[in-house]
Amino acid sequence: MNTVDRLSVLKTYKLYVGGKFPRSESGRVYEVTDSKGTWLANAPLASRKDARDAVVAARKAFGGWSGATAYNRGQILYRVAEMLEGRRDQFVAEVAAAEGLSKAKATAQVDAAVDRWVWYAGWSDKVAQIAGGANPVAGPYFNLSAPEPTGVVAVVAPQDSSFLGLVSVIAPAVVTGNTVVVVAAEGAPLPALSLAEVLATSDLPGGVVNILSGRTAEIAAPLAAHQDVNALDLAGAGEELAKELEVAAADNLKRVLRPAPVNWSADPGTGRLMSFLETKTVWHPMGV
Amino acid sequence: MTFDYAPAPESRAVVDIAPSYGLFVDGEFVPAHDGKVFKTVSPSSEEVLSEVAQASAEDVDRAVKAARKAFEKWSALPGAERAKYLFRIARLVQERSRELAVLESLDNGKPIRESRDADLPLVAAHFFYYAGWADKLDHAGYGHNPRPLGVAGQVIPWNFPLLMLAWKIAPALATGNTVVLKPAETTPLSALFFADICRQAGLPKGVVNILTGDGSTGAALVAHPGVDKVAFTGSTEVGKAIARTVAGSDKKVTLELGGKAANIVFDDAPLDQAVEGIVNGIFFNQGQVCCAGSRLLVQESVAEELLDALKRRMRTLRVGDPLDKNTDIGAINSAEQLARITALAEAGEAEGAERWSPSCELPSAGYWFAPTLFTGVTQAHRIAREEIFGPVLSVLTFRTPAEAVEKANNTPYGLSAGIWTEKGSRMLWMANKLRAGVIWSNTFNKFDPASPFGGYQESGFGREGGRHGLEAYLAPSSPEGAR
Repeated sequence: MNTVDRLSVLKTYKLYVGGKFPRSESGRVYEVTDSKGTWLANAPLASRKDARDAVVAARKAFGGWSGATAYNRGQILYRVAEMLEGRRDQFVAEVAAAEGLSKAKATAQVDAAVDRWVWYAGWSDKVAQIAGGANPVAGPYFNLSAPEPTGVVAVVAPQDSSFLGLVSVIAPAVVTGNTVVVVAAEGAPLPALSLAEVLATSDLPGGVVNILSGRTAEIAAPLAAHQDVNALDLAGAGEELAKELEVAAADNLKRVLRPAPVNWSADPGTGRLMSFLETKTVWHPMGV
Repeated sequence: MTFDYAPAPESRAVVDIAPSYGLFVDGEFVPAHDGKVFKTVSPSSEEVLSEVAQASAEDVDRAVKAARKAFEKWSALPGAERAKYLFRIARLVQERSRELAVLESLDNGKPIRESRDADLPLVAAHFFYYAGWADKLDHAGYGHNPRPLGVAGQVIPWNFPLLMLAWKIAPALATGNTVVLKPAETTPLSALFFADICRQAGLPKGVVNILTGDGSTGAALVAHPGVDKVAFTGSTEVGKAIARTVAGSDKKVTLELGGKAANIVFDDAPLDQAVEGIVNGIFFNQGQVCCAGSRLLVQESVAEELLDALKRRMRTLRVGDPLDKNTDIGAINSAEQLARITALAEAGEAEGAERWSPSCELPSAGYWFAPTLFTGVTQAHRIAREEIFGPVLSVLTFRTPAEAVEKANNTPYGLSAGIWTEKGSRMLWMANKLRAGVIWSNTFNKFDPASPFGGYQESGFGREGGRHGLEAYLAPSSPEGAR
């Protein structure tokens, strides 16, 4: 009797837009390999149209997500950590393949990513207390400043850290109520596309996080020029591309976080968290 | 029975304007490199007030170098010492406030009542406020020992010349930066008088440099590689050009740009107070205010009553000599601005809105525009979309709070908004929904150095005033650390 090795079932990697998993409208894919050049999968090669669709989804989700209570957003981010914890092995394997890391090093990346969701989850109902406050104006007025989310943030995910870096740019933007369109690391998009499966099962409303894979420059350009995008995180853009995108962003005065060298394993601080907030100040007279 | 107002002019004798001024660079007044000059006129009379230097790219370079040289010692000074310089400046502004108020009204055209009671007190207060921060920066929430950025290139507008200077210079100096500031082409004088205050305060040379000039001077300053920080207040169009210029550089930027604020009146609002707020919102400083309440959104059920009361109030506004203490509305700042206001008002009529102004006699010399109201305005009209920057109010109506929010937010801007209602929960709901940086409820056009000011979307980014205003002038203490 012959024994046949079981043939594994491969995953068709897809985009994540508006809570759904579409293929690229262009029908294109590109080959993703591991660090040694071995084929891993075909990833969608997202088009300008996919980018625009993702912005529409992110805008549609913004009202509900920014209007949710901070407690609720924190609970959902914590739920993402829970779901990720349960799928650690899958992500360890994907990160190891994507970045050419040993199992131990990939595990450290995934564990740090889980902990990062937990760290940012806790910020949801605290950020207003450190970023806002009462202003003692010289008159009989109640005067209060509080941060609000900037809106739709387009994120060029780090190229050098396909998963921990990715989580480190998504979580600080969404915890405060922004919605995001993320361009995954061009050479290592699979952990990002798999993260979508975690997000989709964490009570995160569809459209809050949208993930695109493909050529970074091709997808980021229409996002930077899009009139309904409010901010850009250029973490994963090279110098030349970053300048191009920042110029395009000036057309509707997007807030731009320029690329800078970051150690994604280090304490993230509050810099990114604070970058996509608008301070609103409300005055009201006091009197009887 | 009617009462006539007797003339009540403020004396010009309190201010002594020299026939010409140089650039203030490295602690002294120097002529422009190429010797170019231009005249500054009083917009209420077209009288030439003085002649000032037109700074060129060479002058920008000289000023930036002076500021860079001064930065080393200034930034190393203990915060408590920097604070004392700023306290000195605040006191000197107070001592010379009448002189500066008259000067401001002459050069800008704004009523003395406003320059005396709003601009100057706020200027002094701003320096007092930021003086106190200079030795407390460790506690400002931007990490331990936050560092200054270096040389700040600052470009300011003509609508509140000295106040905008204070908004720019006070936080920059408190945080240990040095400054090259360019006042607006049409209002250079109060900045040059401020240079004299720096001299009296004993401020080290090169810490504050003042370059007069036109847009080309500002462009050269913003583009200068020795500038670490750009702060601009002015039009959205120029703001976008600046954002393009600094793209790809390490320059930190804050922009405070245009607006098209909605002033929203609900049917339960105290109408008399609302009328005062509407008038203050759109006619303060001749409406030449980025946060002016230029779109009145009034609930349909009280629209007629409110507009009657508003027109009654507008008939009492006194337009004329800025130095007369009874003047409510002064001169438009320049012929160019008057032409823009005139063109947009004509577009309002051409597009079918109904124009109304109280009968009022305008002086024959100078630049004047009567307070103007447009009814029957739709959201598609240019006068409902574009910033007019003049005493022109566009009136629209709404039925439900949701409709008011939708109309108010239907703009690429997002600087300010007003809400008039007696119902607290509705006020807070509205304040929450409006996408604007400053919300005035049952009041309008209030400013305070402790209160952050700045916009959403195309009204710019960054905040001026308050603890938030420090951030624009500080570098993070570590790359990943708190900002």
